[in-house]
Amino acid sequence: MFLSILINGLVSGGMYAVLAVGFSLVFGVAKILNLAHTAFYMVTAFLILTGTIIGLKLSISVIMAVIVTGLLGIVCYKLCFDRVKVHETAVMIISVAIAMLFQEIFLLIFSEQFRMIKAFIPGFVEIAGVRVLYHHFFAVGASLVTLILVWLVLSKTRLGKAMRAINQDSEIANLMGIDVGRISLLVLGISAILAGVAAVAIVPIVMVHPLMWTDPLVIVLSSVVLGGLGSIKGSIIAAFILGFAETWVIFVVPSGSFLKGAISLTVMVIVLLLRPEGLFGVVFEEERL
Amino acid sequence: MVMHAVWLYKLFRESILTIPGRLIAIIFLWFLVLLPLITIEPSVLRIITLASIFTIYAASWDVLAGFSGQINLGHALFFGVAAYTTAVLNKYLGLPIWITIPLGSVCAVTVGLIAGMPALRLRGFYLGLVTLAFPLILSGVIFVFADFTGGEQGIYGLSRLSNSRILDYYIILTAMICSLFIMYKLTDAGSRMLRIGVILHAIREDEITARASGIDTAKYKLMVFAISGFFAGVAGGFYAHYMRITGPSILGLFFSFQPILWTIFGGLSTVYGAVTGVFVLYPLVEVCCFYEIGEHIRFILLSLILILTLIFMPEGIAVWIRDKLEVKCQRCKVVNAITRNFCRACRAPLHLEKRGKK
Repeated sequence: MFLSILINGLVSGGMYAVLAVGFSLVFGVAKILNLAHTAFYMVTAFLILTGTIIGLKLSISVIMAVIVTGLLGIVCYKLCFDRVKVHETAVMIISVAIAMLFQEIFLLIFSEQFRMIKAFIPGFVEIAGVRVLYHHFFAVGASLVTLILVWLVLSKTRLGKAMRAINQDSEIANLMGIDVGRISLLVLGISAILAGVAAVAIVPIVMVHPLMWTDPLVIVLSSVVLGGLGSIKGSIIAAFILGFAETWVIFVVPSGSFLKGAISLTVMVIVLLLRPEGLFGVVFEEERL
Repeated sequence: MVMHAVWLYKLFRESILTIPGRLIAIIFLWFLVLLPLITIEPSVLRIITLASIFTIYAASWDVLAGFSGQINLGHALFFGVAAYTTAVLNKYLGLPIWITIPLGSVCAVTVGLIAGMPALRLRGFYLGLVTLAFPLILSGVIFVFADFTGGEQGIYGLSRLSNSRILDYYIILTAMICSLFIMYKLTDAGSRMLRIGVILHAIREDEITARASGIDTAKYKLMVFAISGFFAGVAGGFYAHYMRITGPSILGLFFSFQPILWTIFGGLSTVYGAVTGVFVLYPLVEVCCFYEIGEHIRFILLSLILILTLIFMPEGIAVWIRDKLEVKCQRCKVVNAITRNFCRACRAPLHLEKRGKK
């Protein structure tokens, strides 16, 4: 029991952390609350599925899917977000419209069936009476490696420095010669790729379905709020907390799988009401009243 | 008697015939009232009736988000609470509709006040996130208490509004016209009798300044949440009784985004924008369903329309059309038809900028 909660919590927490990091990056740098973020995750899952149906090798279809998703993020930014950037409400609503567009396109092509993608590394090992799929190790490893990579990019490269500068003050960053538009474009691409990586990590464990983006969206939103909007470190820790909380609810509470979204959302509402800056967030003076 | 008739005719000629927007509104209203004389095809009546219900729903979102700037991404909460209350009261207690719908709306008001609490501290993105969460939390709860709420199937077999389709149609049409009139009056910023309209605009434009001017913004924000919740609740109650079923899908994400879609397509912070949006988009989607292929692509169509509207016509189609038909006099702020060269009230020339460009 304890071990299952630990393993499943690590797997889902890792996935949520990767998703939440991409989400916070976009919010911090491009100032876009991208509700379509988890739709990119769904798109990658379907692209992998398509690849395997066509008969490509698994590794090739995975890489292709992630790259295509990244390009899709850039296209969405260029075509939609960039044009309505001035109105924050319009940005929020257009992102939902994009997510629904993806959902409906995949519903049209693949219908409402639940589908499986076969595990990248088949087999399992038994630890203290609990079956642990090899894929669980792969998922945890992939998310950890991705998180470390993101941290390295943010702290060691010029691109990361530019992103942090824009996060702190985009107007001053612009005056210092940073091309804010271009960096925002790149960040949208990077975040779509991160969503893709999360999908690669989790896909053989969950079912592929056109509606699979709503559940993670809810949890990503809550973890980003719990960690503080725009704070990368906070959203990673919060994602792990909520991942464990979700797993615990599913295992312990009767009919808990219906409540897993409700738990995180309640956490989010409480955090927003009691401590709007989140666990590690920056205090947005002008956002509060 | 004759005097009255002449007076009425003059009023009609001066304040309606001269303004194209009002003329269109009156023609549209008469079209709706006389529709059962033209056709009593059940599918047509059904589409228009549902469009009327959704008009109340969309306009109530507009009051909250468009007029007072409180972005609510979970408007389905009010609609759903009212629909479920109505359904429970009708199904388990057997109460008639003229008790269940008002009680459902009262419940929605209560929920509106509770949901309004976060609005006192949050705004923008943050408020959107919190309100997005509420209906999803509630739908989780509804699945947990599946014995009482019917779970996935929902509560079905509610009593009808009335015995005939045409009476249903007129009941809902009356409800829509009354609700729209009240909402229009409440949010009218130029009103001399009610101050709430101009106060809501002030809160939307700059809350801190509004507060500095001595307006109790907390009170008015709660009030607008209650008003919006009430009308969304009316719509929810009518919807439950008209469809005779209440399911968890009305708490879903899609149901929350529908009023946003309609209102933004029609035009934000105008009551007629919500009406235009619903009466254009809803029948369009339903007509799509008659065809095999339309069934599958209707939501793709809807999302594309929303994206294109936001990019190319951010003010909405009703406002866009209005600006093509009417022009406001710059001196006395009286609305004139675009064809006039001089203002009908103060005789000031109307198309100054255009002439300047030439």
